[in-house]
Amino acid sequence: MADNKLDYILQLADNALIYGHRLSEWTGHGPQLEVDMALSNISLDNIGAARSFYQYAAEIEGGDKTEDSYPYLRDVRDFKNVLLVEIPNGDFAKTIARSFYFDCFQFHFYTALQQSSDERIAAIAAKSIKEVTYHWRYSKGWVIKLGDGTEVSKAKMQEALNDVWDYAGELFAPNKLELEMQAQRIAPDLAPIKERWDNSINEALKAATLTITDENGDWHHNGGKDGKHSEHLGFLLAELQFVQRAYPNSEW
Amino acid sequence: MVNKQEIYSLLENVCDPEVPALTVLDLGVIRDVIIEEDLITVKITPTYSGCPAMNTISANIKFELLAQGFKNVKVEEVLSPSWTTDWMSDEGKRKLKEFGIAPPQYKTKDNPLEEDAIVPCPRCDSKNTKLVSQFGSTSCKALYKCLDCLEPFDYFKCH
Repeated sequence: MADNKLDYILQLADNALIYGHRLSEWTGHGPQLEVDMALSNISLDNIGAARSFYQYAAEIEGGDKTEDSYPYLRDVRDFKNVLLVEIPNGDFAKTIARSFYFDCFQFHFYTALQQSSDERIAAIAAKSIKEVTYHWRYSKGWVIKLGDGTEVSKAKMQEALNDVWDYAGELFAPNKLELEMQAQRIAPDLAPIKERWDNSINEALKAATLTITDENGDWHHNGGKDGKHSEHLGFLLAELQFVQRAYPNSEW
Repeated sequence: MVNKQEIYSLLENVCDPEVPALTVLDLGVIRDVIIEEDLITVKITPTYSGCPAMNTISANIKFELLAQGFKNVKVEEVLSPSWTTDWMSDEGKRKLKEFGIAPPQYKTKDNPLEEDAIVPCPRCDSKNTKLVSQFGSTSCKALYKCLDCLEPFDYFKCH
């Protein structure tokens, strides 16, 4: 049972880490200085949250595990993040579309996670929710600005939202581990979170004069939570883990 | 044996590396000091999850106390309750303004999202200012500009 909690904590950590890593790829490449700083800040908040979860995982597992063991020394199949956070950044619209769906999820998810029966998880959620509130406001602001902007910005934002849409469903489809964690009240029920997410997303889309045509119905990409990833995660980890793989146990 | 108050006064010497106008006490990150025999434990709470200054703050607290002759010093992170700018001292807010950074304007519970926040310019006190970017040079700051004296300035966000 303790092992399952460990896996769940790692899933929470992996989502934040991989999302934070993707956003960090914009550092130095943002279309404006302010955007560069914003995406880097959001990245940092997520990597910070990931560290809190990895530190907790290392304490539970004990032995010679540290917070660095998990990001640097596990292979693709060991990562349990959703596919949404690992998809490549694409252009600015695609990055914003991914953030729009994920920040909104994190906002409602961390709000609920503050009630976790595990005090430490609840504390990390309480810490993160304050930061995620800024993130959600930021990505929502860009969707509205671009959607209700020029013909070109509207078309690009719409296309990006459509492209990323089929990755959002996995957020709300609990796997076996999550159902077990829900039963122990460590994890929140995802159904009410989905409802709140739908409302927030629809409200923002209305302000943005955009619509999602859900061509595939309930179908969505799936598998990340069980370690079955897209081809993109391996490349991401190759970069993230390079130094530790090339020079094992190096410290600086 | 050393008392708590002495340790607190030594902590006045430890400043935030990114906002050097503030001591760790002004910032409100010191949650407690525990003295057991020769072991001194300082409990701190992180400001933002990813704030790189926290590692430096933690190291600097250790250095300061070790330099003062204490041999056994531990710095522990406490997450709950999470840090808020409401814990920043009035003295800290005054120092921030003097340093050129607008201090937090609200209690977080009164206006958590700082909707329509009015942030006076730290240089000329004009309330005619504009948000340039919600995210600034560090996690804790937003970027503003004054429409009267035309100076850009940092705002320490309510958090």
